[in-house]
Amino acid sequence: MPQFVFLWTDIALWAMVLVTVLYAVHVARSPNLRSTWYRVLTDAPAMCSAVVLSAFVMIGLVDSIHYRAALPPVANAPADAPKAYSPIVQSALEGLMENTTLTLPEARFSAPLATRQLNKESVLTPEGPVREFKALVHGGAHLANPDAPRGGDIALRVLAGMALAAGVALLVLVLMVTVLSRRRASWRAAWSDLLRDNCNIPLRAMWFTTLGVLLVMGTLAGMASGYHALGTDQTGNDVLWQAMRSIRTALVIGSLTTVAMLPPALILGISAGYFKGRIDDVIQYIYTTLTSIPSVLLVAACVLLMQAFIDNNPSLFPTSAHRADVRLLMLCLILGLTGWAALCRLLRAETMKLRELEYVQAARAFGVSHWTIMRRHLLPNVMHIVLITVVLEFSALVLYEAVLSYLGIGVDPTMNSFGTMIDGARLDMSRDPMVWWSLLAAFAFMLTLVLAANLFADSVRAAFDPRSRAFRIRRHPLAAASARRAA
Amino acid sequence: MIAYIIRRLCYGVLILVGVNLFTFLLFFAVNTPDDMARINIGGQRVSADAIARWKTERGYDKPLFVNTQAQGTEKWTDTIFYNRSVPLLAMNFGRSDSGHDINTEIKRRMGPSLALALPTFVLGLFASVVFALLLVYFRATRLDFWGVVLCVVLLSISSLFYIIAGQWLFAKTLQLVPYSGFMWGWDVMKFLALPILIGVVARLGPEARFYRTLFLEEIGKDYVRTARAKGLAERVVLFRHVLRNAMLPILTGTVAALPLLFMGSLIAESFFGIPGLGSYTIEAINAQDFSIVRAMVFLGSALYIGGLLLADISYTFADPRIRFE
Repeated sequence: MPQFVFLWTDIALWAMVLVTVLYAVHVARSPNLRSTWYRVLTDAPAMCSAVVLSAFVMIGLVDSIHYRAALPPVANAPADAPKAYSPIVQSALEGLMENTTLTLPEARFSAPLATRQLNKESVLTPEGPVREFKALVHGGAHLANPDAPRGGDIALRVLAGMALAAGVALLVLVLMVTVLSRRRASWRAAWSDLLRDNCNIPLRAMWFTTLGVLLVMGTLAGMASGYHALGTDQTGNDVLWQAMRSIRTALVIGSLTTVAMLPPALILGISAGYFKGRIDDVIQYIYTTLTSIPSVLLVAACVLLMQAFIDNNPSLFPTSAHRADVRLLMLCLILGLTGWAALCRLLRAETMKLRELEYVQAARAFGVSHWTIMRRHLLPNVMHIVLITVVLEFSALVLYEAVLSYLGIGVDPTMNSFGTMIDGARLDMSRDPMVWWSLLAAFAFMLTLVLAANLFADSVRAAFDPRSRAFRIRRHPLAAASARRAA
Repeated sequence: MIAYIIRRLCYGVLILVGVNLFTFLLFFAVNTPDDMARINIGGQRVSADAIARWKTERGYDKPLFVNTQAQGTEKWTDTIFYNRSVPLLAMNFGRSDSGHDINTEIKRRMGPSLALALPTFVLGLFASVVFALLLVYFRATRLDFWGVVLCVVLLSISSLFYIIAGQWLFAKTLQLVPYSGFMWGWDVMKFLALPILIGVVARLGPEARFYRTLFLEEIGKDYVRTARAKGLAERVVLFRHVLRNAMLPILTGTVAALPLLFMGSLIAESFFGIPGLGSYTIEAINAQDFSIVRAMVFLGSALYIGGLLLADISYTFADPRIRFE
């Protein structure tokens, strides 16, 4: 049994999962929220991006279980000796991928699926030193001859991976039809409805997305079973592995930051809108002051201070993993505490509108206390703004992290993130031969994650924001107008 | 109107005082001058003498807020807070921790920053508005749909990738422009063409999508229906009526961003080696030069407040219905 280690961001991330589950239960119980979320559920782009997002979230969550592995007992140790644990904190993802090419580093750059290094290196032979492309230690290690054509071997591995993926996808399909058949007359009716896309929730599109995600994962897994699927970087680390580890960092930054933003924004925003007068003036002054400072500089200043603090107190952090983790958490807090002003302004405006409504007036006339009015009557009615902000901010923050890490004020340099990947590979494109795989991997992973988050967020906003709902209705006359023009 | 402007200016000064106090607390109270000295001199083992000398050279050896050893008003003025904060309000930034005068540096670097930021801003605005209008003209067609898809994809790509891909394509593969660098004179075109192009493309996605919704909102209004009803062509409705009315919020919104152009762009300037204020800030961040970072924070907030004031005033010119009491 390994010894589990709870890093701060792990706790926060799992707490968020718990909150999400509780919120889902709450939604299921409230008819109003249920009908709003149903709008999201029936939106095909949103549900397809939800499938993609959940794949990312799963990888991120597996990467958020940290432990120290138990070491094998020393030979002829006494029976009652305390169990020894490895000094290295590793995540469940690392544990799962142990001894695959993902976690076994090479020495230098190597191209995707290569068996030899990209650059020549001096090798000592009995005849003296020779410059040659050294064979990789782990990539293609199963091959008897690294220079023999290996297209067949790769194709076989990719096919195996894809077959596995297709199998899992079929299983998902059967599961979907079984669940659907409870609402349909028979299994056969469910099957034909799914095939003809005759369901409210776009199950067919979701299944095709699942198939696509699984096929990509299967292909990568097939290639990674014997080779470095996306090559290695300057210090020989597997690029696919770096990209996978970066997912967790992106998720943490994207979600925890908005959570850190909520307490000041909610408390100050609602009280400013509710009390008006002096309190409103003071709160407005605070957030105007904060927004008038250029955000990158404010973040830079805070991060520099945090850096100085960490450098001056090295004894507070037992391992480098702890230090990197605390730095990530602090970065989220800093981003949240410097970014709450916009949300606060929105909440203040909405509260000002709500406080004049009859039910709030009635509550006041009944002598309900300020605190109870704010908690019971105002807070639930501004939650949709909070939700929209949380979802919309996610993708912006993932992009922001890359910029901050590039500027050197982002996450700890030892922590994998898309920003550190780009930062490390910024000169790679001008190398000869060109090294494109690090940047391409970061680009593809980031684009997929951010695009999916954006599409999902747009749908949530459309469902929760009444104004954009009006937009949708107006689309029909416009369509008629364009048809007339075409005729 | 004049009274309103004066009141807003006073409020602006009040906010600047707040910014000043906040940054001072951030930089000096949390991190003592001793820590700064240690970081700047470098290394863990720094002698107390070296720290004392470093502090005296930069005037950090005084107490933070109250000087108990001084007499009269000097009690308050002979402190780090007074020496470092009050000159800022007069836009006198003093010397950086490495000993250079920040004001001359800012004057020297403002030009290159503006040479990059202003064309990027103007062209970017133009391109986004044109693209958004195009989408609105072909609204509810396939072109509109795929245009919006393109916008969403464009805004999902990190700005770093635009720069890296642009440098690779135009500087390395096609060899049309140099990789990076800066030089005044005719060469400035050569050096700035790529950063400006990338800046425009990077802004296109989010802005065109936003402007499209603005235009669509405008198009649902009554006066547009009237214009259509009296038989105007769709083109005339769009360009004469909708564009004019929708441009008001866009233009007044952009006025607020104008002063901040002086600050330059952090990322673009550092990638393309343009010696502007953005790269100055980055160098300061990397060298942990707190004086420069503080100066830039202050300059940035002053410009931001100026921008807000400009935006308010331009509202009254753009829309006579708005009046300030």
